[in-house]
Amino acid sequence: MNILSSLKPILADLTERFGPRIQAVHHARPNEVYFHAQMELVPGFCAQLYKKWNARLVSLFADDARSQDKTFHVYYVFALDSAHGFFILRIPVPAERPLFTSLTNALPAANWQEREIQDLFGLELEGHPNPRRCALHDDWPEVFPLRKDFDLKTVLPPFQGERHKFRQVEGEGVFQVPVGPVHAGIIEPGHFLFSVAGEPVLYLQIRLFYTHKGTEKLFENMPVTHGVQLAESISGDSSFAHATAFCHAVERVTRTEAPPRARALRTVCLELERLYNHVADIGAIATDVAFVVANSHAMRLKERVLRLNEQLTGNRLLRGMACLGGVRRDWDAEDLQAITRFVAELRPEFDSLVDLIRESSSTRDRLETTGLLKPEIARDLGVVGIAGRASGIDRDLRRDFPHAGYDRVTFTVPVYREGDVLRRMQVRIDEVRQSFSIIEQVLAALPEGPTRVTVPALPANEVALGYVEGWRGEIFHWIRTGGGNRLARCKIKDPSLQNWPALSEAILGNIVPDFPVVNKSFNLSYSGTDR
Amino acid sequence: MFEILRKSLTTGVVTSAYPQTPAAVSSRARGRPEIDFANWKDARAATAACPTNAIACADEGGMRTVTLDLGKCAFCGLCAEADAQIRMTNVCELAAKRREHLITKAKYEINSGGAHQKFLSPEPSAINLPAASLDSLGAQLKERIKKVLGRSLHIREVDAGSCNGCEIEIVGLNSPVYDVERFGIHFVASPRHADMLLVTGPVSRNMEMALRKTYDATPDPRVVVAVGACGCGGGIFGVNYASLGGVDNVIPVDVYIPGCPPNPHALIHGILTAVGRMTAK
Repeated sequence: MNILSSLKPILADLTERFGPRIQAVHHARPNEVYFHAQMELVPGFCAQLYKKWNARLVSLFADDARSQDKTFHVYYVFALDSAHGFFILRIPVPAERPLFTSLTNALPAANWQEREIQDLFGLELEGHPNPRRCALHDDWPEVFPLRKDFDLKTVLPPFQGERHKFRQVEGEGVFQVPVGPVHAGIIEPGHFLFSVAGEPVLYLQIRLFYTHKGTEKLFENMPVTHGVQLAESISGDSSFAHATAFCHAVERVTRTEAPPRARALRTVCLELERLYNHVADIGAIATDVAFVVANSHAMRLKERVLRLNEQLTGNRLLRGMACLGGVRRDWDAEDLQAITRFVAELRPEFDSLVDLIRESSSTRDRLETTGLLKPEIARDLGVVGIAGRASGIDRDLRRDFPHAGYDRVTFTVPVYREGDVLRRMQVRIDEVRQSFSIIEQVLAALPEGPTRVTVPALPANEVALGYVEGWRGEIFHWIRTGGGNRLARCKIKDPSLQNWPALSEAILGNIVPDFPVVNKSFNLSYSGTDR
Repeated sequence: MFEILRKSLTTGVVTSAYPQTPAAVSSRARGRPEIDFANWKDARAATAACPTNAIACADEGGMRTVTLDLGKCAFCGLCAEADAQIRMTNVCELAAKRREHLITKAKYEINSGGAHQKFLSPEPSAINLPAASLDSLGAQLKERIKKVLGRSLHIREVDAGSCNGCEIEIVGLNSPVYDVERFGIHFVASPRHADMLLVTGPVSRNMEMALRKTYDATPDPRVVVAVGACGCGGGIFGVNYASLGGVDNVIPVDVYIPGCPPNPHALIHGILTAVGRMTAK
């Protein structure tokens, strides 16, 4: 298979530099190249890609391939945004010596993902600065759920309640504020431990994975068609984006492509998902600085989007619309008119909401310089999506890796460098306006034809990476097929997992009462992280 | 300031009159699936299509029992695509006080090929309340809340492991469109202030203890409402190494609200149903 010409110089550089230490190169798809090597190559390979080619590590995961290859594999997925391709390094980790080298000291973005591999696969980290448990809580017995010899239905002993050993922060006047996992608002569960001196936060420890429900394991134990429904339940607010990323992966592995009309409809659905979430977040940010009227208007607009979703797809969260090979429902003239009317009506309403917030100087005062995430820190942590774009990270898969129908529309990616709550809100405001425009562009040039093609049975033991820029940020679904039309592995990467550690940085020096608004400005998914 | 006022006045009242008016649900919305049991040729296609086991077959000695469990149903409509005897309706008000009220069973004699030969018994379940009684339910509510709860019902929402889909709709109850404050219903920050726990699930292993503690911290009389396909019956996650399934596998549940997620009308219907239960205690 030919690869993109933009990737060729990078490939040539790597093969020249590392020579036979790269044992095999597998061109899976034009923008997806696999490198097989030994573990000792990882730091050098990673450094070369980062320093010379401005790559970034977007996903890091393991796979139990002991049944056919007698070894575990660890995969490092690098995105080369300006060359529009993914380079994926695969290294073996022998079952009899399950150790792998940590990159976290050089690359903090790898921190949680490495620890998750340690927890779920029992591959031990070497040289990690904080190798404590992360995905499985402290009371879990010595089990490694994603190994193939662990059964999905294993009954584990009931929770014994062993306490997590948080780091101690000591000093005169320092005290701890524990919050969660059951929160005061209507949100998902997680635990935050603030160490404060007076009001300012000195240190924030975030403990998640309360909603871990075996999702990745479940993918391996169900027919691939049901995987779409499971993907919709990874993070409810990104139902369509996750389902589409999953479909994208399956379509790539089976060498099928959704027809143009289906891709156009997917684009509209992705933008509707972005719209209702962004509008709701803008309102919620206003609420958290006590500007409740703005939130009432925002929720009113959000309800408009949800009702349109229901008319278009049968479900307010766009569930049941995605399917392998396209979308399940075509839209008739009446539907298309409804969308056009919706955009025409909502655009001035949204502008008026933004004016309302902008004209409130006390709101601006609370949002500006609050929850600063500096561009350098955002870069080190690999922050993605809206939070990244508010901190100077100019990345958007819709532009750099066009999927669905994004190659047929024009839009700009808003980027700010200040990294405060105000800018995270501003990115949303700009993106809502872009969404209206994208929807209009799609409808103006809506291709005719089928909305679904048949996806053949899965080929055995092949790999593929599916991706979607969800409203929160980039979503990756990496799959390896097994036999009998089943998946042997489905690795889900939600943008939240990458961004949570940034919240601990952004809150430093802020007062505890500002935590809700800082948290809301990131609005990360717990379920998407915990899976 | 003037602008805020002007905008509020020009916007006018947007609040739904539900339940005095019917649920404002699109005719395309997928709600309760309707099965033509008497003419059903073969349940196996729908069973295979269902991702949550809401439709299940059990064959024994030439007989088949088919179960339709709305508590597990995600209303995805895949069964209706696979089988012409199934039709998706937009009926969303499905809350039930007993788990078994969400379950319908049908028995068939099957032939050697596994298709249905003879329809034996319908066994329809006593599915929820008829829609007509809802108005009166709303009217009775104020009286009951006054009497039992001092003019207000305080709800603590507990996410015991959901995907956050149910949370999106529950948050919507506080929007000006649904505004549950009009019933004297408030969401509160602590279980200690709550009369009702509105629990979404499936209950993850990591949330089991937190859910039990939250339940224990809620003063009597308390009502527990399980929300969504996962809260009612484990949904697509079911029971696995990390998930304990439905909420009633961990704490007693008074009312079940099916849906994936249930829309705000379905939630209001379920909450009102639950308050009816409260005086019956």
